[in-house]
Amino acid sequence: MTGLTVRAEALQKRFHDRDLGTVTAVDGLTLEIRSGELTALVGPDGAGKTTLIRMIAGLLRPDAGALQVLGIDVIRDPQAVQDRISYMPQKFGLYEDLSVQENLVLYADLHAVPLAERQQRFARMLQMTDLAAFTARPAGKLSGGMKQKLGLACTLVRSPDLLLLDEPSVGVDPLSRRELWKIIQQLVDEDHLSVIISTAYLDEAARCAQVFVMNEGRLLDQGPPATLRQKASGLTFTATPPAGQPARQLQARLIDAPDLIIDAVPQGDNVHFIQQPGADLADLLGGAAVQPRPEELEDAFMILLRGESEGQPISTPPTQPAPAMPARRGDGPVIVVRDLVRKFGDFTAVASTSFDVARGEVFGLLGPNGAGKTTTFRMLCGLLPATSGQLEVAGLNLRHARAQARARIGYVAQKFSLYGNLTVRENLQFFGGAYGLAGRDLRDRIAAMTRQFDLEPAAKSGLLPAGYKQRLAMATGLLHGPEILFLDEPTSGIDPLARRAFWRTITALAQTGVTIIITTHFMEEAEYCDRIAIQDAGEMLAIGTPREVREKAGPEGAKDMNSAFIAIVEAARARRAGQVAA
Amino acid sequence: MSAGGFSRRRLVALVRKETRQMLRDRSNLVVGLLLPLVLVLLFGYGLSFDVRNGRIAVVMEDSSAATSSIVAGLAGSDYLDPIWTNSMVEAEGMIRVGRADAILRVPPDFTRDVVSGGAQLQLILNGVDSNTAQSIESYATGAIQMALAHIADRQGSAAPSGVTVVQRVWFNEANTSTWFLVPGLIVLVMTLIGAFLTSLLIAREWERGTLEALFVTPMRPLELVLAKLAPYLVIGAIDLVMCLIAARYLFGVPMRGSLWIITLSSMLYLLVSLALGLVISGVTRNQFAASQMALLASFMPAMMLSGFVFDLRNVPPVIQMVSQILPATHFMGLIKTLFMAGDYWPQILRANAILALYAVLLIYLSWRMLAKRLD
Repeated sequence: MTGLTVRAEALQKRFHDRDLGTVTAVDGLTLEIRSGELTALVGPDGAGKTTLIRMIAGLLRPDAGALQVLGIDVIRDPQAVQDRISYMPQKFGLYEDLSVQENLVLYADLHAVPLAERQQRFARMLQMTDLAAFTARPAGKLSGGMKQKLGLACTLVRSPDLLLLDEPSVGVDPLSRRELWKIIQQLVDEDHLSVIISTAYLDEAARCAQVFVMNEGRLLDQGPPATLRQKASGLTFTATPPAGQPARQLQARLIDAPDLIIDAVPQGDNVHFIQQPGADLADLLGGAAVQPRPEELEDAFMILLRGESEGQPISTPPTQPAPAMPARRGDGPVIVVRDLVRKFGDFTAVASTSFDVARGEVFGLLGPNGAGKTTTFRMLCGLLPATSGQLEVAGLNLRHARAQARARIGYVAQKFSLYGNLTVRENLQFFGGAYGLAGRDLRDRIAAMTRQFDLEPAAKSGLLPAGYKQRLAMATGLLHGPEILFLDEPTSGIDPLARRAFWRTITALAQTGVTIIITTHFMEEAEYCDRIAIQDAGEMLAIGTPREVREKAGPEGAKDMNSAFIAIVEAARARRAGQVAA
Repeated sequence: MSAGGFSRRRLVALVRKETRQMLRDRSNLVVGLLLPLVLVLLFGYGLSFDVRNGRIAVVMEDSSAATSSIVAGLAGSDYLDPIWTNSMVEAEGMIRVGRADAILRVPPDFTRDVVSGGAQLQLILNGVDSNTAQSIESYATGAIQMALAHIADRQGSAAPSGVTVVQRVWFNEANTSTWFLVPGLIVLVMTLIGAFLTSLLIAREWERGTLEALFVTPMRPLELVLAKLAPYLVIGAIDLVMCLIAARYLFGVPMRGSLWIITLSSMLYLLVSLALGLVISGVTRNQFAASQMALLASFMPAMMLSGFVFDLRNVPPVIQMVSQILPATHFMGLIKTLFMAGDYWPQILRANAILALYAVLLIYLSWRMLAKRLD
């Protein structure tokens, strides 16, 4: 049990890209990972987490350095390592056209699990993952969370000497995430399994015995979460803005002062922030009440990362907010939804949903995988007709005036859906043209957008860093001056730093009067919203300000949005199960 | 624990997996079983280079017993369909608008010249479609010569020209292109399965990320290669049986070589074709690119350059050299000989040796390509 599972020395891995030249993904990494423990790799995008895991799995050959896994030189004999470890890649590695049982049997055969042992092992895995009722179902027909649990079960058809999990919780809702962690925790406690997991969630890393913080291919720090946390000791506070002032506004002000503030996020009606050591915050806080709060792993992580980009602001705040083009005021809601229903065959994706969104609001749609968020979203954008119900967007009925309504909304898809081989300017010109902008108007809008989002017009879109790609996508969605901007899971798979920058942009946009509708898996991001709605199984479970929703969840959910979400969804599911039973 | 080598149990598990995947994807079965059937029927019945009812405009500028017996000879042919016209101008007009494929002109002093010897007939062919023109030329000259022989016979003299040419076509005596096309179709169908089905297999696993998970198991690359080939060999064998039955009973193509040599050679070519598909799949790692490349690198050349349609002796030397690189060319030559002529051992041995070499090379390449590395 003692001893090392992984031992890396001066490990180096470079990739050659025709456009970007040579990229160093892992740069002189030296680390030792102990066996029988849960170890987390955390770091922003491009930190080298996946590359490191793939090298450990023997899938990539390092350019320099030494790497021993389970005492074997993995560079010389990758197969010997692969015979003893299990690995779940980001895409799970399931055969979608094979059933749950067939996937399990395939991996059991490949790992030569004896038939006698197999039945017992399968039974345990199926029970742990709650998949026992679905053994005959093709993997492709499972929900995202179930797929992920099956992926994990397939890697665990026998007890490996080392389990590698590459970002298993990307794009998975909090409920599924919690179930996944329950399984992992159980395996570590009962079987003393060695697990290495890479993750973008710091709360997940906080459950691990050891945490390695990586950035740009190098190791920033390592240690148990409790030790790492101490970096933020004495620097973490909660600020309560004066009555009537939204927390988001105070948060924006704080995060725009990088000399004084390391990080700030809205939390409930307050703002959690980390100050620079010895900073004088009296002016900046301007009357907000401040109280110290216990430091968390995420605080230490932010301090480490901000130390890397010394003094630079987290995001370039919009210097010159482009005017919200059409000044069609007239108060009253900008989106009206009444008894909205959408059925696919006899499956009800959205059941009788009603809500309003006021002008200039940031409105968040939350829900587990398959809750009906995407369907609701597509109906609001006019991409999908409703089965029944009333739907008004920007004062226009979507049933009759879909085209006019579409001219007043902007849409940013989950995937980067711009042309990668065109420049920023060419993409903007094309989409501007598609919206009917031309000549001087188009030039002016492009100039305003590139200025607002700090984009270089001549840069090739496909080569932009992830954060800038997203800015370009938003610039494209805002080009025609829409009243409403729709964003579909814009922060999925993005690290905390990039997420801060993204939300800073959103906050600034909301100030210019644009209404924003957004879906997200990160519950703490709900705190940036004015109001949120929680959906599950097509039903609207809760709607209101983040605080109202948390209060609705009862004492269990009141502490943060993540637990509130879980409490609300579970209560609704229990109610439904009760109805079915009765 | 590091077993070091090949495991039959893993192979069986992988073969089972590939078979299930193949059977569950309906498009596989459509391309693998239905498309070959359609091709066989289409090529067997629909595509034919034979000319029937070639329209020939006849201009009679002389009228006698001799000329009418010539014309009767034309009308008696299955392959020709004479149209009577009044003048050369009218006939030329017909050829121009495409209502006639040829003109036969009987000049005014034809009867007199037949008696004195040195009679002439004018045959004008529309050369736009040279294949048709050639066929009509030979049918027409054949019919005219027959008629002339009849005239000579009736006059009690020897044939007007001293030599009588007896034409005979070897092997394809019926001279029907079905006989010539159907054996070639086996090549095409075997190529199709490799090009369209196996070329997607590895690419799909790259795209879906399943290969990455599979790599980090005790599985050996060769096991995966063999497992991917196995179910498609079965599909190919079914197609082969289908082609052979159609050739024999539907189209009456002779099968002069031994059945088992035809079968073994076809299966060997199938293996080459499947392995080529796997190599393409492994190089591109992308289903769309793989299917495009397979089309360009295996199916099209097999159709155009293997001698399926065009006789390779008539193409420029460069193209000939290219065609010799294609495994399809060697198999095409072999299968046609086997069907039409019989077992000709030097060719059987040579072609199969070349195919075996390709099979080994391509399987080796696809094995290397799955060397369990992502970079």
